[in-house]
Amino acid sequence: MKLSLELNGRQVEWDIAPGETLLGALRDHRQFSVKRGCETGDCGACTVLLDGQPVNSCVVAAARCEGGQVVTMEGLLGDPLMQRLQKSMVDSAAIQCGYCSPGMMMSLYSLLRDKPQAGEDEIRHFLTGNLCRCTGYVKPVAAALAVAQAQGEQS
Amino acid sequence: MSPVKKAPPAPHRIMGTPPPAHDHEVVGKNVTKIDAFKLARGEPAYTDDFTRPDMLFAKVLRSPHAHARILKVDASAALALPGVVDVIWHQDVKPILHTRAGQSYPEASPYDTVILPEKARFIGDRVAVVAAESLAIAEKALDLIEVQYEELPAITDMHEALTRTDVLIHEVPDPRGIGEGGRTNVAARIDRQVGDVDAALARCDLVVERTYHLPRVQASHIEPHVAVAWLDEDQRLMVRCSTQVPFHLRRVLARVLEMPEARIRVIKPRVGGGFGDKQEMVLEDLVSVLALRTGRCVRLEFTRAEELIAARYRHPQVITMTTGVMKDGTMLANRMCVLADTGAYGSHALTVQGNTGQKVLPMYPLPNIHFKVDTVYTNNPNSGAFRGYGAPQGCFALECHMDEVARELGMDRLELRKKNHIRLGDTDPLSVKLGDNKPGLVRIVRSTGLDECIRRGCEAIGWDKKQEPSQPHLKRGLGMALAMQGSGIAGIDWGAATVKMNDDGSVNLLVGATDIGQGSDTVLAQLCAEELGLECAQVVVLSSDTDVTPFDVGAYASSTTYVSGGAVVKAAAKLREQIAAILAQHWDCEAEDIDFAKGQAVSPNGQSMTMQEVALHCMYEAMMQPMASASHVSDDSPPPFAAQFADVEVDPETGQTFLRKFVSAVDCGTVIHPLMAEGQIEGAVAQGIGYALFEEVLLDREGRVLNPRFLDYKIATALDIPAMETILVETDEPSGPYGAKAVGEVPIDGPAPAIINAICDALDGTRIYQIPATGERVWRALDEKRKDH
Repeated sequence: MKLSLELNGRQVEWDIAPGETLLGALRDHRQFSVKRGCETGDCGACTVLLDGQPVNSCVVAAARCEGGQVVTMEGLLGDPLMQRLQKSMVDSAAIQCGYCSPGMMMSLYSLLRDKPQAGEDEIRHFLTGNLCRCTGYVKPVAAALAVAQAQGEQS
Repeated sequence: MSPVKKAPPAPHRIMGTPPPAHDHEVVGKNVTKIDAFKLARGEPAYTDDFTRPDMLFAKVLRSPHAHARILKVDASAALALPGVVDVIWHQDVKPILHTRAGQSYPEASPYDTVILPEKARFIGDRVAVVAAESLAIAEKALDLIEVQYEELPAITDMHEALTRTDVLIHEVPDPRGIGEGGRTNVAARIDRQVGDVDAALARCDLVVERTYHLPRVQASHIEPHVAVAWLDEDQRLMVRCSTQVPFHLRRVLARVLEMPEARIRVIKPRVGGGFGDKQEMVLEDLVSVLALRTGRCVRLEFTRAEELIAARYRHPQVITMTTGVMKDGTMLANRMCVLADTGAYGSHALTVQGNTGQKVLPMYPLPNIHFKVDTVYTNNPNSGAFRGYGAPQGCFALECHMDEVARELGMDRLELRKKNHIRLGDTDPLSVKLGDNKPGLVRIVRSTGLDECIRRGCEAIGWDKKQEPSQPHLKRGLGMALAMQGSGIAGIDWGAATVKMNDDGSVNLLVGATDIGQGSDTVLAQLCAEELGLECAQVVVLSSDTDVTPFDVGAYASSTTYVSGGAVVKAAAKLREQIAAILAQHWDCEAEDIDFAKGQAVSPNGQSMTMQEVALHCMYEAMMQPMASASHVSDDSPPPFAAQFADVEVDPETGQTFLRKFVSAVDCGTVIHPLMAEGQIEGAVAQGIGYALFEEVLLDREGRVLNPRFLDYKIATALDIPAMETILVETDEPSGPYGAKAVGEVPIDGPAPAIINAICDALDGTRIYQIPATGERVWRALDEKRKDH
């Protein structure tokens, strides 16, 4: 079946199998930042923005995204907030195996976009949908907090 | 003299410890982790990011029975489905006994496994494998395969497995002589004694005996097991996979495929976490067989449910501790008896349980120690390697038991530990008695920061004044545990490195060592750069490609920094000597007087060259490629130490535990990269918190996994992590590269006993002998006590 949507600001039309998930469709179209971790909506490694909101793309039917806007990490590589977040994650050594990192940053991006000065509690609550087995969340939370604090100082 | 270095200042809660003052340029500095930016950007880097146009998708048909002969597989309907290319079952593959454990040859695990078994031994065992043009077709094909089983009686209880011989899970004797296949259901036994425990117990003022129960938990790396295999243009087998042991994997593949190693290349790209679960050939043999049969590229990736059913668990154990102690707190004897469930196959069955005692009991190097293990086969899914490798189980039993002994003795629990723990210069009494698969080597403690870890940990948790509960209905408690591990396996783990210089003065560093996310590529680059006076960015690391890099045992046993790092330092030093010899001729001076630092070579006469000029001189004047290789093995396995502390509140009405603060003070020798070392500790603690409080794979009586997904098998989220403080206590380990020891495993040992000891402290002595300490278990323990009174 045909599916048209806006991916990272560009209109695309894909042939997808019925029942295909958004995760499967995105990975088939070279969106490598979108990782497969559980396929049950529990781990958050496949987090993307659908119409601006973070979703677990593994439990979203691709067909449901007809006419929608999907943004992946690949679409935010030039975005100043995402760049700050990436730099902060790298500088804080918040990236170990890195497999959960893009999904985690997609969640954090949406939080810090909507609440530029989010505090630690908000960050931790927001991150509960993104499982990380390497870091114990200490450094990712610190990285996000550093971005939020810098945003606070700028405003 | 204790070689404890001056301690760095106490860290801020979450931002990490500032790097301690070193004389080094790169070692001890928080350089940028060399793969971090590409991973942060989500660039294609992992196994599954690699596709080929002709790729087939494999799926495994798994047994619905815990124990059943596979009489016949009829795949005709599946093969008739358009898009299905191949279906294999045991009749299609030669049954060559092997172990899937990724260990040095000869492996210390029973040879009890074949690629596809004629008898399913657990619910989820391999029955048949499909290769199809798409995943959807492969999944559909599984439903079309008809299997005739002959069901057999199953054993899923490990006590029953120990005594029953009317049902044998393995009927063929183990050619390695480790397992007792054909005779009993025992996969491995250990019975070693130092001194005479019975005689010592008879002399003691007090003997305390308790039994502790450890659950089945799973590594839960977020990247599942995944492998892709294909034949290259020379018909050689290429295997790209998420593994911790590329070289062991190549060797085991060569055995089971009856191919020379020369025809196989294993490539490890970025790996999305391993934690021991990928120290094993979990699926690579299947894609290899299918690639060889079809001539096509074949991909197989586990689902999360398969991870929780058909990958590996930390061994569930029942441990009985018996300790004899005098009135003044002098401990005279320790006995640890372990019963462990390896599940259907015995990979790591001997060595994990060996570690349960070997890495744990030497914390108190008593004159009398008895360590006894029975590891049994059951018709449950497989246990195997998981970070800590047996030590978390042993540490839980021992460190809970220390609190119990202190309580019965009426002695302060910290004082009891201080009086008896291992010290600088002490010999580990068990190390000689317990080799891995050859006689063990003497282990002498040449560096320890344990006292400093205890002191600073106590300070950070507020050991001397327990805080009041935050609400009146809660009870507050403090707990602690000591832990030690090793740095590689003495005399067995080894690795090699090659360094070669490029025209611009940069170097390629080729290592077999396996970066699985812990950051070993970065740490090894730091060691190489330090040795050559380069910046880290001038070291280009290529790791874990069996065609290109030299050998390494792989990422396990806390070996990479200590063992592989030793090889890197040696190879870089050799390269430096080569260059110095050439420059000495050019400058007419002694080679050893030439200094390499800050990207320059400087003669004693004040002449200097940048490393680029050095490289150009060597290559275009001396016509010589600066290039060196070295191998490294250590006869020692110096223990890193940890003192870990928990502050908890418990609600006695519900049994729920709230972890308020967790402190880890860790001596890992010289810290090569402070932020990454902290990251190792914080991640290990998070896994340890799960072990203590909520992680447990549940099986029904038939051995069926009841919670094969993250919704029900709960690992720690950001909200389960309390205020965490991590203290790096540096020592100088004389046998380690730049004084380094290991850090990857030791911090996972202490969290569970520290937290359970804190719960016990909060509940005035009511102890949980079985983890995880769920609300229900704590409530029941309190209820028992209420009934007793």
